[in-house]
Amino acid sequence: MADLSVKIGDLQLKNPVMTASGTFGFGEEFADFIDLNRLAGIVVKGLTPKLREGNPYPRMAETASGMLNTVGLQNRGVDYFINHIYPRIKDLDTHIIVNVNGSTVEEYIEVTKKINKLANVPAMELNISCPNVKEGGMAFGVSCPSAMAVTKAVREVYDRTLIVKLSPNVTAIDDIAIAVEEAGADAVSLVNTFLGMAIDAEKQKPILSTITGGLSGPAIKPIALRMVWQVSQAVEIPVIGMGGIMDATDAIEFILAGASAIQVGTANFIDPQVSVKIIEGIDEYLEQHDIDSIAELVGALNID
Amino acid sequence: MKKVSDCTVNQIIWLNENNFLLELIAPDSLPDIRPGNFAELRIDDSRDVFLRRPFTILETDKTNNTIRFFIKIIGAGTRKLGTLSEGDQVNMIFPLGNSFSIPVKGPVLIVGGGSGIAPFILLAKELQNQGIPITFLFGGRTHQEILLIDQYKAFGEVFITTEDGSAGEKGVVTQHSVFNKIANYNMIYACGPEPMMKAIGNIAHHHNKSCEVSLENMMACGFGACLCCIVETKSGNQRVCTEGPVFNINDLTWQI
Repeated sequence: MADLSVKIGDLQLKNPVMTASGTFGFGEEFADFIDLNRLAGIVVKGLTPKLREGNPYPRMAETASGMLNTVGLQNRGVDYFINHIYPRIKDLDTHIIVNVNGSTVEEYIEVTKKINKLANVPAMELNISCPNVKEGGMAFGVSCPSAMAVTKAVREVYDRTLIVKLSPNVTAIDDIAIAVEEAGADAVSLVNTFLGMAIDAEKQKPILSTITGGLSGPAIKPIALRMVWQVSQAVEIPVIGMGGIMDATDAIEFILAGASAIQVGTANFIDPQVSVKIIEGIDEYLEQHDIDSIAELVGALNID
Repeated sequence: MKKVSDCTVNQIIWLNENNFLLELIAPDSLPDIRPGNFAELRIDDSRDVFLRRPFTILETDKTNNTIRFFIKIIGAGTRKLGTLSEGDQVNMIFPLGNSFSIPVKGPVLIVGGGSGIAPFILLAKELQNQGIPITFLFGGRTHQEILLIDQYKAFGEVFITTEDGSAGEKGVVTQHSVFNKIANYNMIYACGPEPMMKAIGNIAHHHNKSCEVSLENMMACGFGACLCCIVETKSGNQRVCTEGPVFNINDLTWQI
């Protein structure tokens, strides 16, 4: 068996496959379907300082090879997570990574400080790319100064591996990546969803309650792949790739483009066992291509 | 425990040009399936119909591991399901969701509108086992939307309404004369279009009757991960796929 392990900051991953925030609950929702311990990491549903009810129904629209969502960071708040959910998942043999959100820099810091005290959360994903909240979220991720400011502020209060999740809704994602790298990020993850919309022509109304929402699924994969390629050329820190990964071949493509690890998102909704299938598929690929270690494949795209 | 299974199509029974029964054979023994539970079917492996589709479980047969769904063609996904043939494979996640509660005593009134009849065969079997008398009231636009009646008659009296008067009493379900005797019933169950369920909920509320409804909000996953199918309840937004699909109307924030 090939060596699937990769390193992201101080985080040693047993393989390059994590599950993306907002698509895998807190892991428990998938415990009937797979052995969660097989995964390199679970990025749990985004947390905010206080309970958020999220956006009104309807929150979802199926699109060609994808879907739009406007969940709006529904969660019970960081304290509920710490007191009720964390105790149930902390002893899994996989890395629990918390996706941290806020409307202001102060809110991001508040959540980060609490997460920093959890022994079994070795990394956080700073979400500056949620397209479905009125305040904060993506607003921080679409300009270099604000992305840099929030990353710097969080870096000052966080000792462990800091991953910053980037928005694709920008003109130059590589510039944002460079800004957060300078601000002290240990890694970047990309892409979050693309802002999109769906219309019911018969009713002449938007399908989503918030009119616009975030597009995910294979529909976005070519753009996500290009962005991962672009960012991995621009920064020294590891890149975690995501955006429409449905199988091991998709994952390999992201790794060839420069991703050290990948996250599986929307595919989890369609096949709750897909993350483990991707791990197995990557292993088979390495075997077939006679590659000893996944690290050899990172950014190994042949462009001659 | 929820399972993902590759099932085999045993048969498709067409009820009319828009409605059919899909019978699948599970590869191993069926788990415990409760009245109100549903399953998520993968339509095919292509990305034309990207997400799974949720369907209420109509009937099960533990002796041959079969499971039946009542399906109405409403879009590309249900249309594709109708083109399946015996022996085709369908990937299924099941059983999902909560289930109806069974009252200590009856009688009960079960109201179904359109394809909202689907959850009630399993419920009727359970109620019959408990010795609880059942009255059914089914409504549709025309007699063509009144289906599976003979099956339901095995469990109790069946009343019908149609909007065009082509079967049963003319009108919508809430206008049916059975509601003149609402005091007789101990519990009401309803499934169908949301305005219908709200109207039934309204009647139940004003007569102080316990009432459960089965909702069918749009879902991406069906097992609690995506948070897309939420309904507003008195204790905040809840997932129709996990805390539901069955809710007591007193827990919802409906203006009734």
